[in-house]
Amino acid sequence: MKTVRLTQQGIVFTIFILLFAGFAVFLPGFFTADNMLTLLQNVAVLGILGLAMALVVIGRGIDLSLIAVLAVPTGLLLQLVQDGDSFSHALLMAALLTFAFGLFNGWLIAYAEVPSIFATLATGLFLAGLGQTALFKLDVVQWSPGLAGFEKLGQGALFGIPMPIVMFAGACLVVAAFLRRTRYGAFIYAIGDNPFAARASGLPTRPLIVLQYVLASLIGLMAGLVLAASVNSMPTRIYNSTMIYDVILVVVLGGIGLAGGRGGVLNVVIGTLLIGTMLNGMTILDMSYSAQNLVKGVVLLAAVITDSFLNPRNEETAQQGDI
Amino acid sequence: MREAVLRLRYRFWPDHLLGEILSKRWTETAIPVIVLLLVAIAFSQVIPGFLSPNSLADTARQAAEVGFVVLGMALVIVVGGIDLSVGSMFALTDFCALFCLDVLNLPVPAVAVITVVFGAMLGAVNGFLIGYLRLRAFITTLITLIIYRSAYDLLLFDYSNTIAAAFPDDALWDFMGGGGVFGIPSVALLYAAVAIFGHIFMTRLRPGWHITAIGGSRRSAYNSGIAVRGTIARCYAASGALTAVGALFFAARLGTVGGDVGVGLEVTVLTAAVLGGISLGGGRGSVTRALVGTLIVLLITNGLTTLSVKGGVNRMVLAGILLVAATIDIRWLKNRTRIIAKVYVSPTYHDMPPLPGPRVGDGTRFAQNDRLKDVTLIGLGRIEAPEDVILDRHDNLYAGSRHGDIIRFFPPDYEKMEIYAHIGGQPLGMAFDRNDNLYVCIGGMGLYRITPDRKVEKATDETNRSFSSVNDDSRLRLADDLDITDDGRIFFSEATVRYEMHEWPVDGLEARGNGRIICYDPATNTTRTVLRGLKFPNGICVSRNGQSILFAETWGCCVKRYWFDGPKKGRVEMVMNNLPGFPDNINLSSDGNYWLALVGMRSPALDLAWRMPGFRRRMAKRVPLDEWLFPNINTGCVIKFNEAGEVLDTYWDMAGVNHPMITSMREHRGYLYLGGIMNNRIGRLKLEGADPAFVQYDYRWGKKP
Repeated sequence: MKTVRLTQQGIVFTIFILLFAGFAVFLPGFFTADNMLTLLQNVAVLGILGLAMALVVIGRGIDLSLIAVLAVPTGLLLQLVQDGDSFSHALLMAALLTFAFGLFNGWLIAYAEVPSIFATLATGLFLAGLGQTALFKLDVVQWSPGLAGFEKLGQGALFGIPMPIVMFAGACLVVAAFLRRTRYGAFIYAIGDNPFAARASGLPTRPLIVLQYVLASLIGLMAGLVLAASVNSMPTRIYNSTMIYDVILVVVLGGIGLAGGRGGVLNVVIGTLLIGTMLNGMTILDMSYSAQNLVKGVVLLAAVITDSFLNPRNEETAQQGDI
Repeated sequence: MREAVLRLRYRFWPDHLLGEILSKRWTETAIPVIVLLLVAIAFSQVIPGFLSPNSLADTARQAAEVGFVVLGMALVIVVGGIDLSVGSMFALTDFCALFCLDVLNLPVPAVAVITVVFGAMLGAVNGFLIGYLRLRAFITTLITLIIYRSAYDLLLFDYSNTIAAAFPDDALWDFMGGGGVFGIPSVALLYAAVAIFGHIFMTRLRPGWHITAIGGSRRSAYNSGIAVRGTIARCYAASGALTAVGALFFAARLGTVGGDVGVGLEVTVLTAAVLGGISLGGGRGSVTRALVGTLIVLLITNGLTTLSVKGGVNRMVLAGILLVAATIDIRWLKNRTRIIAKVYVSPTYHDMPPLPGPRVGDGTRFAQNDRLKDVTLIGLGRIEAPEDVILDRHDNLYAGSRHGDIIRFFPPDYEKMEIYAHIGGQPLGMAFDRNDNLYVCIGGMGLYRITPDRKVEKATDETNRSFSSVNDDSRLRLADDLDITDDGRIFFSEATVRYEMHEWPVDGLEARGNGRIICYDPATNTTRTVLRGLKFPNGICVSRNGQSILFAETWGCCVKRYWFDGPKKGRVEMVMNNLPGFPDNINLSSDGNYWLALVGMRSPALDLAWRMPGFRRRMAKRVPLDEWLFPNINTGCVIKFNEAGEVLDTYWDMAGVNHPMITSMREHRGYLYLGGIMNNRIGRLKLEGADPAFVQYDYRWGKKP
């Protein structure tokens, strides 16, 4: 007998369709070409970050420093070009900073065994402080002529499709191929499923965890580049915003359980579409920033509660020190 | 020359203290305290007036406000969670207090109660989600952080002007905000009271123990019937309430609501808690640690603010400290036992004179022979580990067994046996007192007494704690052998205070004087340590003059005399030095001399290693335990010596097959009975020319037939 299985991604996709249809019908100015472009552009950055987060969450971790990675290395790039550096050199520096930061995150989590959520909270804070103190002259790093051509990454189009969308799609393909077609992807699922079993069966869990955080940081940098190219500047204060919760929302709502080992790129796409629509709709509804946050918080809470019912933990299965 | 330096270095440098200090729980609190002192000294050097009374009172006021929040966070961390929403709760409760006061115009006591209850309710939301719905603490409180903060921002938008315009005029409110007693801020006084209560609550009351138990192992706590969910929920509610108290005083001090109230407070508070030594993951923490952590963080942030560094630096410093502290804490927790195990064994320099080697026919008194080869065996395979044997006047034979029993064998053939008494620990040395009570040293338990009607009673299991010792040495770890003086006092040896019974070879590897001789007086029921720093004191025998005891030091390879009475009272004299083996129990012989068991013979390898403490330390650190040097206990002998310490006779068994390993011997009616702690039999040897009426404790108590 065939039964209809209610998967979380199915539910979320249905909600997305209903929400989108509702907004399109009842919200003037929602279903317009302009707005669709804005929506997709915002969604693109969020989606790329969601991919980074998904990579880490699948391996039973979390990366709260993504927004700092989005802001600070990109800000460094803009700042260096502004100070007269060549674009390629500045890009190299930004990539090196990101790489080093990802390594440090991974080392803390894999080798020093600091819980990921805690380690990345602190390192994100540290990186943001570093940017604020040592790297930038102003909170918003301005565009400079040396960057000519770079803005195409955010504002150009390929075959009529805006570049951010193309970037997101490209990132999706690369991450999907990595997760599903390479052995390292399979290892990450194994680690997320049961880190101790993965380790006992001989997987190099520690280097793999470092790899996850390095990849996540590099993807975060890519999101930052797209964002900077779209808005022609890098507002580094974005770190103080609640954007990281949007990213977690994308991942959790999309159906990637925080317990790890489940989900994939498709979940990120679905989650991104839903959150993008929701945020866009709320902006058009002219809800205040705080009210938006309140709604997001409540939705996220509902998502986490649902997640805990779909992937239950109890006194027997909970890991000690798993906070 | 090198040896001399080595000797001095090991004589005066207390290597063993490191391991003992590290194994103490208070080191985990002591380290943050040292950090606090360093921070205070550093800033007072850089910033003039940093530690002036005014500045201190100011710091105390802020510290107490934040301190309340840290207490709440500490409670939640100890129960195994985390509360990131404290910053937002702080803002909301701050708003609640000012709203009640300025907008609703409620009296101050009502404001205080409402605020604290409101805080508890906010915390209870977290508690319900985490305790009952079992959500992850981190992500849940992260979400409530956003929700509460958004709610605060929305409320602020509506009421900030009203609140800013109000000037509450209330003495109590002003006292809370700026008053104090003798210069101590009001909030600090309340904090002190709460902290003292919190300490008692966590260390002395049942709910506090439940909280620690849940944090230590949630699963075990659940399985042992603790109401895990409810307790966790209440902890979060308490965190909310404590945050509200801090916010109440904050409101009274500043009286304003602003967009940045409580922003980033969770990081400050978390840093304080972790820095103080409250372990993430739960189960370990105290009020003292919360207090120390709070002070460190506040001194640092205040100091940095005074130095007017950029905002980003403050952030970086906090995040950096948080990371370093968390990493150290996690690594320490994980490797604690391993680190302690590595540094606990601290060998010392132990110089033995050249080995007086016993050889077959070498003409000395130790010349090897085969007189023990054909001893008859008692209880072969039916008894395990009879360290000591003793006989009563009815010829019953008593021996200890590893299972915690005293076994009695019946004459004449000693075939029949029974369990005379069950004690529960390994019985070692034994002696009868004047009233036929059998006193037994029990390894790991202490000194016990078995009355003639077989009742087991504890004589003593503790002695006076010495002031210079870091380890608590009041408990008896390895009571070994005993004898009873004419006036009824019992002198017994404790072989080592640093190791458990099964670790005795490690004590030999260390070769430090870790043992002591203790006197228990049944008349007054008091126990005092009389001699310390002995190298594994073992056999004890009251000498025939009745004023001194003879005792053997196993790793010292010597027998000494301690005068407990008479003109030489308190003095220790050498009786036999540089024995070729490791001496064990000493007992009386019928011809007016003493029997001594040598449990094993010295080997040149161990003698050499004893002079090389660095070598033994490397061995203890790098080589697995079962590959360590082990003192030889395969071949031993029984010797007879006189009051002057001259060896009169020796009994060997060259093959060591029939009765291997001897730790004790007892002469009784012309026979010598042999016990061995690694043995599964008791040996019995007919002695030529011995007094056939000799019963040691009848002779001892003057009850000659």
